[in-house]
Amino acid sequence: MTDKPGLLTVEGICKSFIGFKALDGVDFTVRSGEIHALLGENGAGKSTLIKVLTGVHQPDSGVIKIDGQAVNVRDTQHAQNLGIGTVYQEVNLLPNMSVADNLFIGRQPMRFGFVNRKLMEERARELLAQYDLHLDVASDLSRYSVAVQQLVAIARAVDMSGRVLVLDEPTASLDRHETEILFAILRQLRARGLGIVFITHFLDQVYEICDRVTILRNGKLAGCALTAELPKIELVSLMLGRTLAIATHNTRRDRPVPAIRQFSFKGLGRSRSIAPFDLDIGEGEVIGMAGLLGSGRTETAKILFGIETADTGHVHIDGNPALIRTPQAAVACGFGLCPEDRKSDGIIGDLSVRENISLALQAQRGWFNRLSGREQTVLADKFVKALDIRTTDIEKPVKFLSGGNQQKVILARWLATNPRFLILDEPTRGIDVGAHAEIIALINRLCDDGMALLVISSEIEEIVAYSTRVVVLRDRAHRGELSGDEITASNILGMIAAEPEGASA
Amino acid sequence: MSRLNTAALTKAMPQLLSLMLILFLNYLAFPGFFEIRLQDGRLFGSLIDVLNRGAPVIILAIGMTAVIASRGVDLSVGAVMAISGALAATMTVSGYPVPIVILAALGAGLLCGLWNGILVAYFDLQPIVATLILMVAGRGIAQLITEGSIVTFNEPGLIFFGTGSFAGIPMPILIAALLLTLAIAVVRRTALGLLIESIGINRSASSYAGLNSKLLLLVIYAFCGVCAALAGIIIAADIRGADANNAGLWLELDAILAVVVGGTSLFGGRFSILMSALGAVIIQAMNTGILLSGFPPEYNLILKALVIIVILLAQSFSSLGGWAFLKGEFRSKGANRQ
Amino acid sequence: MIFMKRILLASTVAMAFAGYANAADLTVGFSQIGSESGWRAAETSVSKIEAKKRGIDLKIADAQQKQENQIKAIRGFIAQGVDAIFIAPVVATGWDTVLAEAKEAKIPVILLDRTIETTNDDLYLTAVTSDTVHEGKVAGEWLAKAVAGKDCKVVELQGTVGSSPAINRKKGFEEGIASASNIKITRSQTGDFTRSKGKEVMEGFLKAESGGKNICALYAHNDDMAVGAIQAIKEAGLKPGKDILVVSVDAVPDIFTAMSEGEANATVELTPNMAGPAFDALKAFKDSGKAPPKWIQTESKLYTQADDPKKVYEEKKGLGY
Ligand SMILES: Nc1ncnc2c1ncn2[C@@H]1O[C@H](COP(=O)(O)OP(=O)(O)OP(=O)(O)O)[C@@H](O)[C@H]1O
Ligand SMILES: [Mg+2]
Repeated sequence: MTDKPGLLTVEGICKSFIGFKALDGVDFTVRSGEIHALLGENGAGKSTLIKVLTGVHQPDSGVIKIDGQAVNVRDTQHAQNLGIGTVYQEVNLLPNMSVADNLFIGRQPMRFGFVNRKLMEERARELLAQYDLHLDVASDLSRYSVAVQQLVAIARAVDMSGRVLVLDEPTASLDRHETEILFAILRQLRARGLGIVFITHFLDQVYEICDRVTILRNGKLAGCALTAELPKIELVSLMLGRTLAIATHNTRRDRPVPAIRQFSFKGLGRSRSIAPFDLDIGEGEVIGMAGLLGSGRTETAKILFGIETADTGHVHIDGNPALIRTPQAAVACGFGLCPEDRKSDGIIGDLSVRENISLALQAQRGWFNRLSGREQTVLADKFVKALDIRTTDIEKPVKFLSGGNQQKVILARWLATNPRFLILDEPTRGIDVGAHAEIIALINRLCDDGMALLVISSEIEEIVAYSTRVVVLRDRAHRGELSGDEITASNILGMIAAEPEGASA
Repeated sequence: MSRLNTAALTKAMPQLLSLMLILFLNYLAFPGFFEIRLQDGRLFGSLIDVLNRGAPVIILAIGMTAVIASRGVDLSVGAVMAISGALAATMTVSGYPVPIVILAALGAGLLCGLWNGILVAYFDLQPIVATLILMVAGRGIAQLITEGSIVTFNEPGLIFFGTGSFAGIPMPILIAALLLTLAIAVVRRTALGLLIESIGINRSASSYAGLNSKLLLLVIYAFCGVCAALAGIIIAADIRGADANNAGLWLELDAILAVVVGGTSLFGGRFSILMSALGAVIIQAMNTGILLSGFPPEYNLILKALVIIVILLAQSFSSLGGWAFLKGEFRSKGANRQ
Repeated sequence: MIFMKRILLASTVAMAFAGYANAADLTVGFSQIGSESGWRAAETSVSKIEAKKRGIDLKIADAQQKQENQIKAIRGFIAQGVDAIFIAPVVATGWDTVLAEAKEAKIPVILLDRTIETTNDDLYLTAVTSDTVHEGKVAGEWLAKAVAGKDCKVVELQGTVGSSPAINRKKGFEEGIASASNIKITRSQTGDFTRSKGKEVMEGFLKAESGGKNICALYAHNDDMAVGAIQAIKEAGLKPGKDILVVSVDAVPDIFTAMSEGEANATVELTPNMAGPAFDALKAFKDSGKAPPKWIQTESKLYTQADDPKKVYEEKKGLGY
């Protein structure tokens, strides 16, 4: 494998953003017929490197070579023409167009000068069938979940990549099954001689499928090795520049189950969204919520937080009835929610890190009770430090932060309101290994401080690590609950996969 | 603090330069441009005309800035001006006292704004469509009020708002300045500035953050309606009559243009009310200049379009970091030569 | 071809004549543009008055400035079988089909106030309009007489750029002052026919002509602009009507107030009575079968301060201007 020629090579790439060096002399080579992992902490420069490779950004210096030929990738169109298909971290599809349009935009099959919709939709169905996706390809993409949109983007990129396929955290919002389908396809493409760049924070996946790894740290090349020759511990210390006891976050902590459950939801449900469910949460307790994509986890969160109004059921807080039909009402009750879809429901891209962190607290305090600039700065500084948010300064527009750091900003936004009950929907998505452990530690700490938490996650080990109880969802209904020693990865997996008949466990 | 100020000044550079350039061209076309004297206890001169004539658009632009920052647009302000002017004139003619008349006209603007706001915030209509309804129907409403004719009035109390003056300063300028100060103070002193920008950039995320974006939108459109009504009163008072067919006609476009020239993006987000007011002054300086230049009127629109294109290009050039780019370019060229 | 046409026309005329011998209970449908201006409102009310005078049943349809509404209204009139149709056309083109339908139904059509462009003039009986060039000329001639050989710099407030009354009133005025070499138009800008623009542009003129001292007269293409400009002149500390002569076109009531206060000097009437001459022509046609000329020009009457403007104001006020 090592003697295969470099298909795509970059040498000495530098890229600065207004006084900040995001890439500093990076060398990187992808060979034909390999899957190459690009790893690094949040903000290490992975996405930036990809964007330079694919013509989104122009490098300040350095060369990009394809088959040994230096090229100047002018723009993304040019990159496509060179045979490089890409899925960016912030998937950019057109939510108001159909699935088929999204798959074939710019290269629609034509007949008599018109788009041949029938043919296009047929091809779209065939393409998606490879991913075990059976969608109504004529309906708007926005109807489907983040995961499906992610798969559509991947399908499009795979279909377009002649030689190199670049995937920036493609599996962040996919579950096990979908990930396996994707991996099967990647293996096929590898066998066909494509070079594949794979960015992820799931180290297990690196060992499962990648041949080689390149590691970036603070914009510099930290190392490059064959996966098989690099133990995980070493890999992590290359990424972080220090050693980390990975094992810690998988050990279960025993926590007393609180005697009083302050937050009680009875029979809450919404037709065609989630079947009525009961949920009680006490302060000082973490409820983990597990289930496949589309099983109704996010829908549960939305109903609890008043984003979608429940058709049925009622809410009691501290024994008093409460009406939660809007997020404002939820916030007034001391709730907080970090949403799953960071880009569309989370960050306010053009606003600064400071403003993004202050936003929920400001909304809570009302229009006329302004947090002064100083108070905002103090608040932002505090959380940038506490959560180790990597940004040049707090006045930077949040859209310029790396994906993982944006996630932390949203977490900070809610912590700033000091909520009684915090719902976290996939809080560790796109977060690097180091920060991952920190966030789990944070969840534990918040819980110890007496906060009630509901954490939705696709990572079973993680749920096992911090949950006092676990609720498992399947097919848009709450199917069961585990507590105490029942909380094990295999029990959870078993319930997720259980046949509908045996569901009422 | 001073660092912030210089940053704001750099950002305002294209607009300030455009204004200075236009004023200079006006001076070339008409050497008496900067002369100001006192006429019947009122400041008199071309520069005063620019501000006085620009006042209604400044007032419109203040409301429009909030709307555009929230990622909307209000096409109905011209029609709302016609309605408030028509109401003020007919009520005055029927003998209502001036304070009642003013309150009623402003109230009509408020109602119009609330209507737009409800359509946009609660019925989720696209702002351009929602306000188009009132843009078309509003003029009809105004015509119904005036019964199709120009309603002329002679009530000095009302006329004062258009042609009166205080300490030599014409009332329209005074009113616009007051509203501007008030609006800026509100944006600075309350959280509204941040919250408006937030819903303008990402309404969904703002709602998730617990912001009552519907109510905020409603308030924004209502405010814009009141601003339009105020502008309507001023122009009716200025000509001592309400002309339902022509009052405020196409002024919505001038107001939008003022906001855009002031640097607020039509895609919402970051805004500056002061800069929008500056934009309105730039537009009026250009209009006044054209009137003074003595060019045949056939060239008015072409001249206007040309000037605007130049301003907007300069603006996008500088926001793309064009000046810095040029500097770098020259430096590297210099290096090559050596 | 011409022969065929004649036969057709003759038979139409004969039929029309035969069908409606009793002129007393004539029914006329009037497709009015809409309430676009005070003058329009006055035209509507004068039309009603004139119809009442003659015992004619006048049905008015308001088109709200849309041609499609006018076409619908005309089809409605045809279906109702009215005796004649008056149209104040909102635009000049696109009438051939519907007028042919009217012709088919043997209903004579008279155009009021504006004409249309058509390949076939037989589609309408006659057009009653004012001659806008003539209006300008009357204004110009008045000014030439008023200054009586003294040097006079005139500023002109034009109507909407490119509109035909603006073009024609400019042309007519220039014809009117052509023989008086002492009169010069020094500035000319558009005031869009509106009061506020008239005021704004006049402010500019006053500044540009050293505070207005160089201006001897103002010619405005309509009274509304003149009313606005008069205010600008007053605010500049000058006396309109004395320091600066004011002459305009239209004769709307407000200009008569200004005239009675000595602030305006003359106006040329664009009469709102277009229907009166049209009814007369229609009646003559019905009675004698003789087709009127293709164009009936209304009178462009000149009013000055000597014409008891107060009284005219009172007369005109009730017409809905
Ligand atoms: N357009 C930009 N303007 C300014 N700074 C930027 C811009 N894009 C990226 N950066 C900065 O460059 C650094 C690298 O960002 P990048 O997105 O490449 O990180 P990443 O390795 O992909 O991280 P993550 O794992 O969180 O996605 C970050 O500190 C980020 O703030
Ligand atoms: Mg990234």
